[in-house]
This record gives sequence, C-alpha cells and structure tokens, in this order.
Amino acid sequence: MIFDFNVIWNSLPLYLGGVLVTLKILLISLAFGLALAIPLGLMRVSKSPWVNFPAWLYTYVIRGTPMLVQLFLIYYGLAQFEAVRESFLWPYFSSATFCACLAFAINTSAYSAEILAGSLKATPHGEIEAAKAMGMSRSKLYRRILLPSALRRALPQYSNEVIMMLHTTSLASIVTLVDITGAARTVSSQYYLPFEAFITAGLFYLCLTFILVRLFKQAERRWLAYLAPRKA
Amino acid sequence: MYKLEVQDLHKRYGSHEVLKGVSLAAKAGDVISIIGSSGSGKSTFLRCINLLEQPHSGKILLNNEELKLVANKDGGLKAADPKQLQRMRSRLSMVFQHFNLWSHMSALENVMEAPVHVLGMSKKDALEKAEHYLNKVGVAHRKDAYPAHMSGGEQQRVAIARALAMEPEVMLFDEPTSALDPELVGEVLKVMQDLAQEGRTMVVVTHEMGFAREVSNQLVFLHKGVVEERGCPREVLANPQSERLQQFLSGSLK
Repeated sequence: MIFDFNVIWNSLPLYLGGVLVTLKILLISLAFGLALAIPLGLMRVSKSPWVNFPAWLYTYVIRGTPMLVQLFLIYYGLAQFEAVRESFLWPYFSSATFCACLAFAINTSAYSAEILAGSLKATPHGEIEAAKAMGMSRSKLYRRILLPSALRRALPQYSNEVIMMLHTTSLASIVTLVDITGAARTVSSQYYLPFEAFITAGLFYLCLTFILVRLFKQAERRWLAYLAPRKA
Repeated sequence: MYKLEVQDLHKRYGSHEVLKGVSLAAKAGDVISIIGSSGSGKSTFLRCINLLEQPHSGKILLNNEELKLVANKDGGLKAADPKQLQRMRSRLSMVFQHFNLWSHMSALENVMEAPVHVLGMSKKDALEKAEHYLNKVGVAHRKDAYPAHMSGGEQQRVAIARALAMEPEVMLFDEPTSALDPELVGEVLKVMQDLAQEGRTMVVVTHEMGFAREVSNQLVFLHKGVVEERGCPREVLANPQSERLQQFLSGSLK
C-alpha cells in the first residue's frame, strides 16, 4: 500500500478550514451548553418536584436519544412545518451551522447538568452548615460555596464531556458542514482515497484532543489544587 | 442583661424527645460548659440555638432580641424572618467538631469569606482582620494552605479564627476537640482559654473535664434531654449531687 502524501498535502488548506469549523461549533455549543447546564444542574438538586421534574425530564429525554436523531429532527424535521418556514426564525433554522450548534448545545447541556448535579450533591454537608451558621443567605450559599466548589470538582468529568463533544461535532459533516470530517469526506470522494482522507482527519482530532487534555490538566492544577496531595 | 438566653427548649426526632425543656442564660464574659454522655442532647441543644436544628418549642434571645419563630409543616419551628435569622447567626458564630472549613478556599480565604460576603466588609479590612486572627490563634504561617493540607489542630484553629473574624456576641463550640488526636487537643484548648480570659462569651459543648473545670464559670450537665445539674464547675465537679453526674464523672474523670 502506498500512502498518497501529495493529495493530503494539497488538501491541507481544506483540512485547516475544517479545523476552524470544528472549533467554532465546539466552542459555541460548549458555551451555550454550559450556560444552560448551570441552572439545569441547580434544578436537578432541588427538593421541590416542581423544579426538579422538568430538569429531570429534559436530561432524561436528551440523554436517552442519539445525538444524530436530535440533529436530524432540528435540521430536517423542523423544516417540514410551514409555521417554522414562515417564521422569523427560518433564517436560523435553515442554517446548518445554527442547527448543529443548537443540537450540540442542547445535548451537552443535558450531560453537563447531570455532571454538575452529581458534583453539587457531593458537597460535604458540614461546609453547607458552616455557611449557614455564618449567616449566609441561600443565594450567597449557592454563589459563594456550593457552585464554586461543585464546578471545581466537576472539572475532571467535564473534561471528558468536552472531549466527547469534540468527537461528536463530526456529525456536523452529515448536515453539509465542512468540518474536519467534512473535509475528509470531500477528499475521500474526490480522489477516492478514503484511508488517507480519514486517517488525516483522525490525526487532527488526536491533536485537538491532546491540546484539550493539556488545557484541562492546567485548569485542574489551578482550581483543584486543594484536592491534590500536599507538596513537600 | 443576658447576651444569650435560651428558654425551655424542646426538641424531638419523631416521637423520641431529645430535649425536654432546656434553658440557659449567658451574661457577657460567661463561659458555659455543657457536658453529658453521648445521646444526652448537648450537641442538639447547641445546634438549636442557631437553628441548624429546628426546636419544637422554646425561645431564643440574643441581646434581648427574640428570634421570631413559626411552626413549619412537621411541627418544628423555623425562623419567621430569614433575614433576622441570618443576622443573628452572624453574631453567634459556631465552631464545629469536624471544623467544616470550606475545602476549596485557603485558610485566609476561609477567614475572609463571611466578613466580606455576610457583613459586607471591604476586602482590605477583612484581610487585615483575617491576618490578625490567624496570627492570634497561631496559624498565620499556614494562611495560604488549603484545609486538606493542614493538621486537625491547625484546621480547628483556622475555624476559630473564622468565627472570631465575625466579631460575634457569643461563640458556640460544638465538641471542638473531639475529632483531634490527643496531642493536638492542647493547642486548641489553649486558644479557647485565651479567648475566655479576654472576656468572650462562649457556650462550649465538651468532653474535656479539665477545660470545664478550669476555664468555664458555669457548668451544665445534661442527661436524657434535661439539665440534671448546673452551677459553678469546681463545686459541681468536686461534689456532684445527682447520681447521674456521679456515674458520669466516675467514668470520665480522674
């Protein structure tokens, strides 16, 4: 077998464009997903069923269905309705980038909310009591003690979620976007060199994953120092 | 005038009554030790004073201001006005058996947290105050350490500094030395003794009979939710009247 470096070399601009698309989709969906996950995670630890149940249902449905099905429903499914096609939202819903970001943000918000809820529940009870005994109000208790400590403890799990999301963004190529996988599909069909095309895509994902892992390691060193063994 | 007054406190878990009308009054500068075997209700009593546990009846007054209580669904009492409760708690700081420091904050941040975010003090003033109190309890050199990286004795002293930084009217100590190794107990008791000598008003639930005898000026012996005996610690410990206290002391005091 001969690996056709020439084709790959000439397609590098296409791949690099794909990297930018992948990163754009990833960052947008993570930002919105996390912003949505914080209130959802807080709802999931509420004792009131009226608050907890809607968030439970949301995360149950989203985590219970495949990402690809959700993406198809938003991108192809919604277009079926005239009301959607005629509404002011149509410019958004007819955009593949918008639909991919929306679907990914919804998906990651459900997973992140459960990670955060688990982390909130694991807050040592004594620390909550100490905050109450110092006269903190409920909102202060959440803002100053519960969320800062839960978000920190969620970091290792959340880094997993981010890496999973990076790989999930490859689904965007199915709805016409030219991300890394999209670039590989283009190369593969143009030159009929699927092995070269996809192994290159894989290498790009590997590099991005490596960078993400390093970034999260740094973040953990900074924000989780209190859980690390004591330095001599 | 009393700094802290607790009148006829009752508390039950289900049908089991753990406090059957316990009262206590502390004047400025009083150090009151509460002793009793486990299950006597002494910690529960202390935790009812700042409503970490809900009593079923009774009155709590701080500087003659009565904490307004209303019944909740299951018959316990909760604060009628959360703002009042928060204000009273901030003047009644508590030191816990298991320190309960906020684990994601350094010692210094632990001490600064409530003055800044509850009392609304400026960061600069809170920093000064925190350094002053950490110094006072002898852990200034550990100010940047996280709780998990400190010994139990250091953690408890940071917790005492955290309580002091609120400049409370009354300090509540819930078995502050029970979770410490024997050789670390002394350093914490020493700090508490200094506080008592400064004239701070303290209510201390303890198993340390030496501390109760030497440092406190009032002793309360709780047994099965009632005060069996109370009075001057030296007299009460030297000459216990009730059979319960005699039994209790024979088991614990040399």
